[in-house]
Amino acid sequence: MKNKLTELLKHKPQNLLNIFFTAGYPQLEDTTTLLTALENAKVDLVEIGIPFSDPLADGPTIQESSKIALENGMSIEKLFSQLENHTPKVPVLLMGYLNPVMQYGLEKFCKKCQEVGVDGLIVPDLPMYIYQTEFKEVFEKYNISNIFLVTPQTSEKRIREIDDNSNGFIYAVSSASTTGSKADFSAAADYLGKLKDMKLKTPILTGFNIKNQQNFKDACKYVDGAIIGSEFIRQITDVDDIAKATANFVASIK
Amino acid sequence: MSYQVNEQGFYGEFGGAFIPELLYPNIEELQENYLAIEKSPEFQEEFHQLLKDYVGRPTPLFLAKRLSEKYGAQIWLKREDLCHTGAHKVNNTIGQILLAEKLGKKRIIAETGAGQHGVATATVCALKGLECIVYMGEKDIERQAPNVARMKMLGATVRPATSGSKTLKDATNEAMRDWINNPEDTHYIIGSVVGPHPYPDMVARYQSVISQEIKKQMDGLPDYVIACVGGGSNAMGAFYHFLDDKEVKLIGVEAAGLGVDTDKTAATLTLGTPGVLHASRSIMMQDKDGQVVEPHSISAGLDYPGIGPAHAWLKVSDRAQYMAVTDAEALEAAVECSRLEGIIPALETAHAFSVLKDLDLKPTDRVVINLSGRGDKDMNTYMEELNLL
Repeated sequence: MKNKLTELLKHKPQNLLNIFFTAGYPQLEDTTTLLTALENAKVDLVEIGIPFSDPLADGPTIQESSKIALENGMSIEKLFSQLENHTPKVPVLLMGYLNPVMQYGLEKFCKKCQEVGVDGLIVPDLPMYIYQTEFKEVFEKYNISNIFLVTPQTSEKRIREIDDNSNGFIYAVSSASTTGSKADFSAAADYLGKLKDMKLKTPILTGFNIKNQQNFKDACKYVDGAIIGSEFIRQITDVDDIAKATANFVASIK
Repeated sequence: MSYQVNEQGFYGEFGGAFIPELLYPNIEELQENYLAIEKSPEFQEEFHQLLKDYVGRPTPLFLAKRLSEKYGAQIWLKREDLCHTGAHKVNNTIGQILLAEKLGKKRIIAETGAGQHGVATATVCALKGLECIVYMGEKDIERQAPNVARMKMLGATVRPATSGSKTLKDATNEAMRDWINNPEDTHYIIGSVVGPHPYPDMVARYQSVISQEIKKQMDGLPDYVIACVGGGSNAMGAFYHFLDDKEVKLIGVEAAGLGVDTDKTAATLTLGTPGVLHASRSIMMQDKDGQVVEPHSISAGLDYPGIGPAHAWLKVSDRAQYMAVTDAEALEAAVECSRLEGIIPALETAHAFSVLKDLDLKPTDRVVINLSGRGDKDMNTYMEELNLL
């Protein structure tokens, strides 16, 4: 089966919009509703968060959504059973912490990802050297891209190393903020400019507190696209119709 | 077999640094510098001077005659409760504050459960004039009010962790998030032998002064060394210089809470399974989906669903034995130690005393119990549970 992510990135597209949501939030069975709404709204990629009890790289909005999703009964098993009923039209990434993946079983997890049409994984607490020694072989066997993160504190040498080891995109985040904090986007411009000037072979998407169309356009001046997570979670919180809220929000960005 | 950390930061299959990329520069800086700084003559001189003149080391090794009589063995108490601030925790914070100074850090963060590590951190920050922020679970802030007041009096800011179980694990998450958000000027003083490499090794080294002194103070080797384990720092300090002396039996005592057959327990090594928590691979309490299970212990300092990776390795390789003691047994042991020896131990420490009744001791056996902290901070719990009012 082809990897939709690497297919998409082959043609060096620009202004990629990747929307993140937490599986099982706001309601347990919302996963495919949100996926369909995002596909209909013509986002370029979708990233689904697997909730974890101790999400230490996440800020308050995603922490809260994870907590509620777990209370709703979300698990990896449940998520895969939902995805089995949906053939994704866009590349789908899963974002999840290492421990639940390990308990599920790495090989079983990657195999299942391939079966349900997941193209890439973001595992924030999987360091590069462990990936290379223990995970890479299995990821490659099931044609799953591994997405690495870089931050303003990542050295140029390490960014180049990550570039060499990437087969999807690089996720440029701000280390001066866990996800979704309130810092101003303008602070990121310098950093994204530097990344652009490094002329890496791997496309870059950034998740730098992007909240609106202006932020998204600003980010896309420097890199290939952006990821919106916390703001999207806020948009689907306490609304009557999440599909409609999704359509409206994506329309306001693109 | 080696019980020390290898170059990749592992003890056998346990340990490592499972950190988000966001923390990579901070951890890399520590990994590259901690050994060289610790070995430098300036560090050694100031560390030992402060341990002597400020902490009050060496702490005595006291022969507890009435306990000895009761249990039919020689029971020796390593008096870490006599350290400045009332527990062994300060050995580590002295070491880490000197390290932070050498690395040019201006701001210190810490997590705390019972508040002993928070107090020990606030103390050394006051000593060195550095800003101090301590994360503490909201629930622990309630049950450890005297230590919260001590931290504030010492000039620290205490920030409540309001997520999850609102205890030590959540305070640790919040401290790690703070470090992610302040990667350049901040040093995170972890209070136990947990977290990403090099913390488990670094904290063990600073705490190893405990077993170094025991070795000097005893004529020959003890038969048993017993210590309580939450994350495991006082136990690791007490075991450290005996790890290669196979004839010394090492016993760690964890908190069974209401019992290991209930869901209100913190007996990680007894009930847990391998997993990754707080950036290291160890044994932890989790459900079948890999979600962390909320622990329970009457003692805030042992109320943690993980354990240091070195302890997981000592257990798996059969070098140390781990036992679990209930809340009720610990309370009973606290009363016994108070009434037989005139020493009110911390609730954490009381767990270690409680296994004396379960060991098959001979009159010639020499047993060292690490008396890791004093009980003043637990008086509210003792008053309630023992009807002392």
